[in-house]
Amino acid sequence: MELVMAHESDLNLKATELRLGLPGSDECEKMFSSAKNNKRASPEMAEDSSGSKGSSDVKSVEHETAPAPNVSDGRAQIVGWPPVKSYRKNNLQQNKTEGDQSGMFVKVSMDGAPYLRKIDLKLYNGYSELLKALETMFKLTIGEYSEREGYKGSEYAPAYEDKDGDLMLVGDVPWDMFMSSCKRLRIMKGAEARGLGGAFS
Amino acid sequence: MDPEPKKPEDSPSNSANSHAPVQPPSPFPDEVLEKVLSFIDSHKDRSSVSLVRKDWYNAERWTRSKLFIGNCYSVSPEIVARRFPRIKSITLKGKPRFSDFNMLPRDWGANVHSWLVMFAKVYPFLEELRLKRMTVTDESLELLAKSFSGFKALSLSSCDGFTDIGLKAIASHCRNLTELDIQDSVTEDVGGGWLSCFPENFASLEVLNFASLNSEVSFDDLERLVSRCKSLRVLKVNESITLDQLQRLLVHAPQLLELGTGSFLQELTPRQYEDIESAFSNCKNLQILSGLWEANSLYLPVLYGACAGLTFLNLSDAPLQSGEFAKLLAHCPNLRRLWVVDTVEDKGLEAVGSCCPLLEELRVFPADPYDRHHRDGVTELGFLAVSRGCRNLHYVLYFCRRMTNAAVVTIVQNCPDFTHFRLCIMTPGQPDYLTNDPMDEAFAAVVKTCTKLKRLSVSGLLTDLTFEFIGKYAKNLETLSVAFAGNSDWGMQCVLEGCPKLRKLEIRDSPFGNAALLSGLKKYEMMRSLWMSDCNVTMKGCRLLAREMPRLNVEVIMDEESDESQADKVYVYRSVAGPRRDAPPFVLTL
Repeated sequence: MELVMAHESDLNLKATELRLGLPGSDECEKMFSSAKNNKRASPEMAEDSSGSKGSSDVKSVEHETAPAPNVSDGRAQIVGWPPVKSYRKNNLQQNKTEGDQSGMFVKVSMDGAPYLRKIDLKLYNGYSELLKALETMFKLTIGEYSEREGYKGSEYAPAYEDKDGDLMLVGDVPWDMFMSSCKRLRIMKGAEARGLGGAFS
Repeated sequence: MDPEPKKPEDSPSNSANSHAPVQPPSPFPDEVLEKVLSFIDSHKDRSSVSLVRKDWYNAERWTRSKLFIGNCYSVSPEIVARRFPRIKSITLKGKPRFSDFNMLPRDWGANVHSWLVMFAKVYPFLEELRLKRMTVTDESLELLAKSFSGFKALSLSSCDGFTDIGLKAIASHCRNLTELDIQDSVTEDVGGGWLSCFPENFASLEVLNFASLNSEVSFDDLERLVSRCKSLRVLKVNESITLDQLQRLLVHAPQLLELGTGSFLQELTPRQYEDIESAFSNCKNLQILSGLWEANSLYLPVLYGACAGLTFLNLSDAPLQSGEFAKLLAHCPNLRRLWVVDTVEDKGLEAVGSCCPLLEELRVFPADPYDRHHRDGVTELGFLAVSRGCRNLHYVLYFCRRMTNAAVVTIVQNCPDFTHFRLCIMTPGQPDYLTNDPMDEAFAAVVKTCTKLKRLSVSGLLTDLTFEFIGKYAKNLETLSVAFAGNSDWGMQCVLEGCPKLRKLEIRDSPFGNAALLSGLKKYEMMRSLWMSDCNVTMKGCRLLAREMPRLNVEVIMDEESDESQADKVYVYRSVAGPRRDAPPFVLTL
């Protein structure tokens, strides 16, 4: 099966390889070896480079190809799969990046890390997605949120600086309020992190 | 033109009876027969009636006023015009369904124009036209607008090819228009000026749906239009309409049965909030609600007052979180149909199970179909929860990232009345995530338990066994969709040799080859169509099929890069019109 990777530099290719079964279940591959599937990925995949151009192209429906994705996790994409109607894909995915090209980028710092990262808050639909993304980006676990006790279960706690310059715990306010008031994110570690959560319990 | 064309004494007939021996005279005079037949609406019944004897065929064709053509290439405008002299309402469907997923090249066909030219000549009293998956140009819309003085209803579903210009023609010239319904428009940048072209005294609109058109319209003109159309019962606006604008529209049209809101994201003053809340509460007849772009927990509560009578809630454009979703659901006890995005997660579906006992249809769409943000979506647990609480469930479309055989077995035990079971496990060929087994057992349970099953979409890791079961048990199955499944020709053969009511079969990326294709020789004439893409079918196999079955159109869509012996995309359908005359160069009719 042809695999097309967009960004290969520091990815664990085997883990992200598009396979027709769970990793390790090689029989699945044998079952499909007889199916001709050389052109599974869209021709546009091979040339995919500039993600943002790709995403604005998606809005103009190209009948020949699947939309060129912003493939930063190295996965190839199959034309017409999953079977979601073009207009619907556009509404859910591209509304975030297409209509308002500016994005909502905030800096993310992690205690102890030498440099900061930047993320676009508009890409996420809620706290769970944001936290998952942070966990992936910084290779850590953030723990369970509770109103009373903040984040339990790990030594990290996500915090943010709001419009007034105050340091707040991520998750206390409704998502939209957070999106409009968050100026920058900070992943706190160790004692300081515990302090934020337990202070008022 | 004479609205009552005289019947020729010996009207030419396309029926199978044309060479039959002379039949005994009918016990009924023609007028009686025609009167009786005029009460028959269903096109299937009419089809049966027309096959009884020649005079019934004739009586039926003179009394038919509604035409349904499921595949525009199965018949030609000329044949239709010859057979049916008095048509007022037409439904015409074009491209195969996989075109929705970008699997058909641009300019494949299904252009409505040649049909409209015929309609303009033969059916000047045409009132309704409903098109699905067809290409409709501005020229066609202009022709439509000018050819039928009594034209009332235009419905375009998943159509492309038109712009502002065509819609302007409709708005300006169709004086008796009651319905303009544009769903799932594939066309980009249509422009919004058309809405302002309805004449000042035009007030007959009952249905207006432009939710899937992107461009801004003039709100003032929309408001005036809505306030004068007192019979308006369906209004679905697009995202450009804001919440406070919506409030003004609702004040003019509290009688609405169906509402599609615009954008739900706006900073409202407390006064505006109250106003819109009160406007919604005044919509006592609301049954169907959609739109709600960017709705969030802050403003969803304005809806609550309108939810008591809701039977269909379409949240497919509003990815909600489970908490706000559950709160909304608590106000919608009468839901029969629910469409949601999988951001509600299993927790949200648990709320569905508890709040919506009358639910009959559930569709769960993926927020992140390409898994770019590693969102969880829904799992087998959510589906189970719904099946426990909603025993009347008979239609499901479920996109998920994991499923188990055991869950599906339980689900169909809870809800044995499924007529439509469309399960999409998004990773191709994925097994039961707990046992690592193929998902054969799941679909076996579906076809064995759900005897009324008419439509089935399978997914996950599937062997030929699944298809053996389908062929053996799915006696009422009409539509089957297959992707990345099966082991060998045997699987597809089982389906073609079983499933007596099969009408549409669409298969992609599965190891079925010529033997499988050819095993359905006799069957394809009883079906509407077969689609096979990226399987193991070759040109040789297709040519053989075409040779053996002259009344089938066997079309191969050529890909630029493909090997010339492989038939990458095959579309087979029965037709009395012969091969397409408008096929583009990349479509080969064999």
